[in-house]
Amino acid sequence: MLTIERALVDKIVAHARADHPDEACGVVAGSIGSDTPSRFIAMVNAERSPTFYRFDSMEQLRVWRAMDDADEEPVVIYHSHTATEAYPSRTDISYASEPNAHYALVSTRDPEKIEFRSYRIVDGRVTEEEVRIVEAGG
Amino acid sequence: MAIEVRIPTILRNLTDGAKAVEGKGGTLEELIADLDARHPGLRDRLVDDKGLRKFVNVYLNDEDVRFLGGLDTEVSDGDNVTILPAVAGGAAHGLR
Repeated sequence: MLTIERALVDKIVAHARADHPDEACGVVAGSIGSDTPSRFIAMVNAERSPTFYRFDSMEQLRVWRAMDDADEEPVVIYHSHTATEAYPSRTDISYASEPNAHYALVSTRDPEKIEFRSYRIVDGRVTEEEVRIVEAGG
Repeated sequence: MAIEVRIPTILRNLTDGAKAVEGKGGTLEELIADLDARHPGLRDRLVDDKGLRKFVNVYLNDEDVRFLGGLDTEVSDGDNVTILPAVAGGAAHGLR
């Protein structure tokens, strides 16, 4: 299960809407082992594409090093799908490389409806998990 | 002196949990071969028959080696190498 504050979900959805029709991507960092996402980091989609995303390698290095220095890890890795359902594609699965991360997916195909789902992707296997959205401090 | 190589979480099962290991070599390819001798399997996770795997980013002194010389990039004692899994994906070729 992913437990995440509403304010963080709102930021992820806002980022996905802002970058639509391109895919948006980013990270929510949290203390190692806490399984609690706390620090929102919007990343550049180096592909600037409606069907593909890739973190810019230099930005990723800076962000990963800052997490390392702060004893943080990527608790949530998010991206958007802009025309399809919020479910991991084959591409998403083949690239998934953080077994401890929650892979969050937002679909922006419907401007009126929020579709926010979360998955574990380990060794090529996808497991959808419950998302529990809590208020700050809750 | 040696070359320090920072290892990402997903590969630490090959380094007995170590976050950083040391190696030697004149090029990135030689360095990876040297590391693989002590941490078998590491090379296979970084390199395929076409060169560096697209799933991984390798940095030499904070520069992406793709913009340097790939596996032929020259390295020397005192350099720092960082390995990170690339974060990528997207709806392309999706099943759904």
